[in-house]
Amino acid sequence: MNDDTIALRAEGLYKVFGRHADEAVIQLHRGTPRDELPSGTTAAVIDASFEVRSGEIFVVMGLSGSGKSTLIRMLNGLHDATAGSVEVAGERITDIPAKRLREIRQKRISMVFQHFALLPHRTVLDNVAYGLEIQGMPLDERVARARKVTEIVGLKGWEEKHPAELSGGMQQRVGLARALAADTDVLLMDEAFSALDPLIRREMQDQLLELQAELGKTIIFITHDLNEAMYIGDRIAVMRDGRIVQIGSPEDILTNPANDYVEQFVQDVDRTKVLTAESVMRKPRAVVHVGAGPRAALTTMRDEQLAGAYVVNKDRTIVGWVRDRDVFDLVRRGEKDLAPVIQADHGAVATDTALADLFIPSLEAALPLGVLDGRSRLVGVIPRVTLLAALGGEPEAAATATPRPDPLPAEVVDKVLGAAVGARAAEPKEAV
Amino acid sequence: MDIRIPVGTWIKSFFDWLEDSFSWFFEGLREVLIWMFDAVDWVFATPPALVVIALVAFGALLARGWRFAVGSVVGLLFIMSVNQWDNAIDSLALVLVAAFLAVAISIPLGIWAARNDTVSKIVKPVMDFLQTLPAFVYLIPALALFRVGVAPGIIATLIFAMAPGVRLTELGIRGVDKEVVEAGQAFGAHPRRILRQIQIPLAMPSIMAGINQIIMLSLSMVVIAGLVGARGLGGDVAQAISALNVGLGFEAGLSVVVLAILLDRFTASFGKGLGLYSRWRKSYVAKKEAEEQARFDAEIIEVGGPRRSPGGGAG
Repeated sequence: MNDDTIALRAEGLYKVFGRHADEAVIQLHRGTPRDELPSGTTAAVIDASFEVRSGEIFVVMGLSGSGKSTLIRMLNGLHDATAGSVEVAGERITDIPAKRLREIRQKRISMVFQHFALLPHRTVLDNVAYGLEIQGMPLDERVARARKVTEIVGLKGWEEKHPAELSGGMQQRVGLARALAADTDVLLMDEAFSALDPLIRREMQDQLLELQAELGKTIIFITHDLNEAMYIGDRIAVMRDGRIVQIGSPEDILTNPANDYVEQFVQDVDRTKVLTAESVMRKPRAVVHVGAGPRAALTTMRDEQLAGAYVVNKDRTIVGWVRDRDVFDLVRRGEKDLAPVIQADHGAVATDTALADLFIPSLEAALPLGVLDGRSRLVGVIPRVTLLAALGGEPEAAATATPRPDPLPAEVVDKVLGAAVGARAAEPKEAV
Repeated sequence: MDIRIPVGTWIKSFFDWLEDSFSWFFEGLREVLIWMFDAVDWVFATPPALVVIALVAFGALLARGWRFAVGSVVGLLFIMSVNQWDNAIDSLALVLVAAFLAVAISIPLGIWAARNDTVSKIVKPVMDFLQTLPAFVYLIPALALFRVGVAPGIIATLIFAMAPGVRLTELGIRGVDKEVVEAGQAFGAHPRRILRQIQIPLAMPSIMAGINQIIMLSLSMVVIAGLVGARGLGGDVAQAISALNVGLGFEAGLSVVVLAILLDRFTASFGKGLGLYSRWRKSYVAKKEAEEQARFDAEIIEVGGPRRSPGGGAG
């Protein structure tokens, strides 16, 4: 793997509190469960290994007591690791002299805290400039930079206030600004939005995503809120009892939970916001090439027992859709071209559309909802049953659910197909 | 059955040994203490009483406001009128010297104890011991080591008054929000810097309460110090006891109360933003901030970016 793209790497991290910590690590390594350790010894983090790519939002999610706060504190050395190593930008930060560790904290890795941790006796501006002050930046320069960052987080005009005069959301903006002003590549966020009320939290999440898109920071975000994790995370590590039980994209975690625990955990997630069209779509069955002709189209629809089909070009880009009754008429009239009955209002959606936004299009579409990729190619369809099954949280059910077809009865179709063959010569007369 | 542990003998021989081996040290310390006492005493005793009262009143006005100023004038005039002024000044000097030394020892000790669990475990029982041992008992070895006069009074007072300073300092620093300290660490601050910029400022209310307690305990000890020949209100109280002189006893006792109230209110007002001084300061800071902001806004318009002139200080 290319080291340039890895902002932070943790390998075999253990944190054991209490006496005989080293022995406990050996025991844990051998597979002793953590509640069988001698009393007075607590394993907070057990064998955590992961890599965080540069520019990624990596979320560590777990309930309280799962060790996530301890884990994040090992990433900048606030807690010494009992065993294992942490590398930031390729440099090891475990077991290094205190002075070097301070330098790394100044330049490479900053932190946002759950309860803001602002210095109450300093103004907003001085709080934002705190990291720069420690870096030894001259006063004028750091004040200028702090003003700029304060403005970026939307606190212009509040520079000379004290933290106690600000609301919780604003205080956390100061915390965020302080971390951003330090201009480190890696940002650790420890339950940064958990102390805020839901509306403000959502606002802060959006702002964080915007800032991240703009500044390209690597963010390691701790949360106990799965919805938050799913919303902001590029990848999520789920922790339980000190161990990382699964690392994957939000959709991975939702659709392929590694074990019962994760599955239980994700039950409460608002799937409609996390899952996208891509993750629930199925292979399009009734697809007709635009040059195939009415007979081929009708045969396909009959075989698949569908009341309509999407029409695509050779490269699978979508043209529109046809209704079986219209094609039926064409066949009866002996027409060779499908074009007259193709309807353009296919209503297909993009692959990254959230489930929540699929319901209305799905209702409006006459066929299972089409899904298009970036180049307008039809890559899948979502029958309404699949949509419902996905909501129920059963990926298998979504895959096996069969749509209720409402096609023309097969005998009728067969009859007209057969008749059309026999009556080809007489076709003009059959015109309606 | 009849077990008699000769603790008294041991302690006596320990102090005898101290006296024999380190008499040069205790002599020197005695000289220093007497010199400090005389210096402070000179400052307050040299100007006429009314001038001192006027200065105290002005200080009170700055620290807490006009009500306190009026109260202190009334109290000090009372001391003057019962003919205890000189004694009160002596006591004040003793309290100030003892309290100053107690603060100078107890705050660093408290900080050390807050940062080191072992130190804390040792300091705690020692402070319990110092605080619960009857105050008179200190006087005996202090007398033996420092001879009659101001010096044993100061030493006994200092030891008696130190404990709350150590305790409240340790408590204050340990009580600083852990996350804020972590924030200092997370941004790469040196532990000394965290102590200076975060822990001490945030523990300040607690530390100030400790200083206040030190001063109050010193004052209560002053009377006892009178028994060993320290000058001041304590001397008169001791004299009144031996002569069963109710009048003199109360005159001196009430003067102690006045002094106590004055010192308490003065020290309690530190850092609380009462009084004229803090009002001036607030309006000054606000004005300066407004100017800064105006200049900054003007610069943005001129330069088109947030740059500051080198002359612009911090807000």
